[in-house]
Amino acid sequence: MSEVRELTYRDALREAISEALTRDPRVFLMGEDVGAYGGCYAVSRGLLAEFGPERIRDTPLSESAFVGAGIGAALGGMRPIVEIMTVNFSLLALDQIVNNAATLLHMSGGQLAIPLVIRMTTGAGRQLAAQHSHSLEGWFAHVPGLRIVAPATLEDARGMLWTALEDPDPVLIFEHNQLYNLRGTLAADAGPVDLDRAAVRRAGRDVSLVCYGGMLPKTLAAAEQLAAEGVEAEVIDLRTLRPLDAETVLRSVARTRRAVIVDEGWRSGSLSAEVVARIQEEIFFELEAPVARVCSAEVPMPYARHLEQAALPQVEGILEAARRTVGARA
Amino acid sequence: MTTTAEHGRPVDPDVGRHLLHEMLRIRRFEERCVELYSATKIRGFLHLYVGEEAVAVGVCAALEADDAVVATYREHGHALARGVPAGSILAEMYGKLEGCCRGRGGSMHLFDASRRFYGGNAIVGGGLPIAVGLALADRMQGRPRVTVCFFGEGAVAEGEFHESMNLAALWRLPVLFCCENNLYAMGTALARSESQLDLCVKAASYGMPAWPVDGMDVLAVEDAARRAALAARAGGGPVFLELRTYRFRAHSMFDPELYRDKAEVERWKQRDPIEALAARLSSEGALDDAARAELERACEQEVAEAVAFAEAGTLEPVSELTRFVTSERSPA
Repeated sequence: MSEVRELTYRDALREAISEALTRDPRVFLMGEDVGAYGGCYAVSRGLLAEFGPERIRDTPLSESAFVGAGIGAALGGMRPIVEIMTVNFSLLALDQIVNNAATLLHMSGGQLAIPLVIRMTTGAGRQLAAQHSHSLEGWFAHVPGLRIVAPATLEDARGMLWTALEDPDPVLIFEHNQLYNLRGTLAADAGPVDLDRAAVRRAGRDVSLVCYGGMLPKTLAAAEQLAAEGVEAEVIDLRTLRPLDAETVLRSVARTRRAVIVDEGWRSGSLSAEVVARIQEEIFFELEAPVARVCSAEVPMPYARHLEQAALPQVEGILEAARRTVGARA
Repeated sequence: MTTTAEHGRPVDPDVGRHLLHEMLRIRRFEERCVELYSATKIRGFLHLYVGEEAVAVGVCAALEADDAVVATYREHGHALARGVPAGSILAEMYGKLEGCCRGRGGSMHLFDASRRFYGGNAIVGGGLPIAVGLALADRMQGRPRVTVCFFGEGAVAEGEFHESMNLAALWRLPVLFCCENNLYAMGTALARSESQLDLCVKAASYGMPAWPVDGMDVLAVEDAARRAALAARAGGGPVFLELRTYRFRAHSMFDPELYRDKAEVERWKQRDPIEALAARLSSEGALDDAARAELERACEQEVAEAVAFAEAGTLEPVSELTRFVTSERSPA
């Protein structure tokens, strides 16, 4: 049996980057303040000293240029990891991500694969207001040609990066800012994980709670409370937002006949809407209740703590939705 | 002062005829494209390079086979000058499977990985960051290659231009930034969109050499590109070339040209790069009527073969519609 050690989600991400740099000379990390500063969220702290400025590459504040340079470097045989400080800043690189990274393989008739990994922070909870706090991964999940993943556990923080680097196509990794300090244990030999399947994080028979990323801890907390009320909730962590593993979701919901989707994105046009649509398209007649959603309020994220918390999905909101769903009879 | 080739020295006849042939190939190819567009064989947007041939031909003549090229949506000329077969370009414009991108790109998105021809980019300025990354990969892997990035003067107004110029200069990457200044961003004259009309001043502000070049003189272009490539290959960092040229035809097939007067177009046509070189070669005894006719015949044949190739091409089955969204992996 392998040894277990304690670490944070941030440590797991750093280990994954460090291992990738060690394993493959084509890998390098590039982004704003990833080197001398140690990363805005301290993910890359210490890596500059270990790997040097060629491979831990501080960039100017030029999101479009350094993301595009990541695409070019990938075309040129490298395996770049590009860090974007937050998802809101990724909008400055949207041209490169959507018009180039997602399209070149197809437009070139299969000639130009882009093995690029882009990591970025997403989500609210740090009172950073409306230009640093949104959850826009659902937008990116709209785009064919991109793989979108959201590690919600230490295993995934540790294991998704290597698998992403082995993918011949662009992979965007969304790290929720509220998870960086998540502490837990990890096997000493923890390694790559698959990027194809959703995971059942808690088994249950009465209702399926479907979530991803930063919503997993809250959803698990809600499930525990529901258990105390005699309701056994199954918790599905989507892990990969594109391509969506609908099969795992459908299998669970077909069994529990009830579902609540928890998504920090805004409700309108969200990933949660996509999950609901898949459920009703495939297993409408298995359902005992309308599928419920718990999303962020449709407001730019406010600064004041009480307002920010009110805007975000909370355990209480998940509980209410679950109770309503379980109480409903078709 | 604009860089011009030394006119005192005669042109090497073989080099001169080769450059003339390359420009003629592009001109005759595109003239046929216009006909094929009218015949609805080609659809979508079609942006012609007529008048600007000296730029692509001159720059590409200065490159090695494993150098990379990133171009714009007006890139038939660059593709031809880089050796992408005319038939595969035309088949692409026909939307045929035999096209260089299996009909998925069309006129604005020609790619040929085997020739390191990276498009065909229809977002103005969008190719510059990619060129920087290609050069970064060469630098990190110790390969003495250069990456050429063509873009129009309209791109100079884009943030990606400034971000990319800065990044390439900061990291001293081997990029040749080739700005094709044809004076109009679609219909917007440079003077109506830029506060600084001297583009070399902008480029020089990033600490890189910036040379204005007569883009109607293929010899001047070739000379400047050769010197720039040499400097970049030797580790001197990026070079900016402002290639002053002119588009003889409309922006696209849907352009009534309300924004420029005919007299201006006629003035520039007097400086047709093909006729200018032909006249010079004739005066130096390097090109007679028979030799010119021979070049024309070769171009005519190449275009005829390209048309036949495109016509004979097949359509990709619709069942393959969703291929190449992600890479096709062989089973483990």
